[in-house]
Amino acid sequence: MREKRPALVITFATTTAAMAAERFSLAQGLPGRLIPVPREITAGCGLAWKAPPEEKERLLLAWEAGGLRWQEAVILCC
Amino acid sequence: MIYLDQAATTMPKPPQVIAAVAEAMASLGNASRGAHSSAMQAARVVYDTRVKLAGLFHASGAERVVFTTNATEALNIAIQGAIPAGGRVISTDLEHNSVLRPLYRLEAEGRTKVDFVAADRLGNVSVTDFERLIRPDTKAIVCTHASNLTGNLIDIAAVGRLASDRRLLLIVDASQTAGALPIDMAAMNIGILCFTGHKGLLGPQGTGGLCVREGVEVLPWKVGGSGIHSYDRAHPTQYPARLEAGTLNVHGIAGLSAALDLIAEVGLPAIMEAESALTRRFQEGVAGIGGVRAYGDFSRQPRAPIVAINIRNEDSAAVSDMLSESYGIATRPGAHCAPRMHEVLQTVGQGAVRFSFSWRNTLREIDAAVEAVRELAG
Repeated sequence: MREKRPALVITFATTTAAMAAERFSLAQGLPGRLIPVPREITAGCGLAWKAPPEEKERLLLAWEAGGLRWQEAVILCC
Repeated sequence: MIYLDQAATTMPKPPQVIAAVAEAMASLGNASRGAHSSAMQAARVVYDTRVKLAGLFHASGAERVVFTTNATEALNIAIQGAIPAGGRVISTDLEHNSVLRPLYRLEAEGRTKVDFVAADRLGNVSVTDFERLIRPDTKAIVCTHASNLTGNLIDIAAVGRLASDRRLLLIVDASQTAGALPIDMAAMNIGILCFTGHKGLLGPQGTGGLCVREGVEVLPWKVGGSGIHSYDRAHPTQYPARLEAGTLNVHGIAGLSAALDLIAEVGLPAIMEAESALTRRFQEGVAGIGGVRAYGDFSRQPRAPIVAINIRNEDSAAVSDMLSESYGIATRPGAHCAPRMHEVLQTVGQGAVRFSFSWRNTLREIDAAVEAVRELAG
């Protein structure tokens, strides 16, 4: 198994919300990608957004401005 | 074959739709069921299609676009899930059985009572008649945008204003108008818009859906696999998963997505103009033929691209069969799942021969159909 490193993981209530986040982030040049939700956290949707921890503020501010919806944003080793 | 049964399903499908379905079958996984590349790509296709439909219909957002297998399923979900028990519903004589039968069932179960706006002899209904039927316990209006038999429109913008003023839920069946005429849920005050993907939207059969305005709640009639909230005993309440239990028809949705791109490229104004010209040419062509009667109000525009006719008292099934066998022209005879409209037109026994057009038909095809009718009526 590869080494686990701290990462920002953002969860969603629905797949539609996750896809909206991906589309918005790609269009805005924001970092990260969709991954399966790690078992350490519970989420409605099986997809989560993984990005470098240091990008948390920039990412969430941009998402908020874009009207995106998410459940929680946590730092995990994954 | 000259295919003039476009109101039943559009045919042939555009090449890009066929290609998109084939590509999807070769490459897409199950949307919302995993995060590997093919599942993700399926989820992207589904999401993109929701975005396109939300834009086309001015819906509240992509998450309020719910996929179903057809308009009938969408209408069943809307009628069973959004109309509160104990009140009354207003509908019209123009409706298809996809509206009528769910309403009749609610009525038979004692959950609601239905009041019908009567159509006149041309197949029109007036907004003042809708207003006249509103009672203190009226909860909703369920009506079509266009009759699938005459092509006459209901003035949904006016009905929507009435519904908004009187705080009624407006559910619209856009089976004959989605992809053919502009539909603006916000401006028309539509609470739930039900559509099929395989008619004017040019997509594959097995696609359709409903757009649910923000603030309107619909109880799901089916629950089960959703790909989300898997450990909850109850089905998710969030849209669109709330109403989409089970695997989606991603292959069909991929085709619908390609069709929506084509419609956007051609543009609704050009589609309306072309279909109006074809419809007018056929209607005017058969109008002067002795023994031919066309049903509907052709003085009103816009209308759905449909002209239903009879030749004297000939059985519509026999006429349609002769058109098919002798001229290679595809039409639809019979009742068209529109029993109340046939009662109004007094064509219950005879039915009618429905010619329906797409902007992808040609004037030459229309002229051939007119000549065939002329020969059969001679």
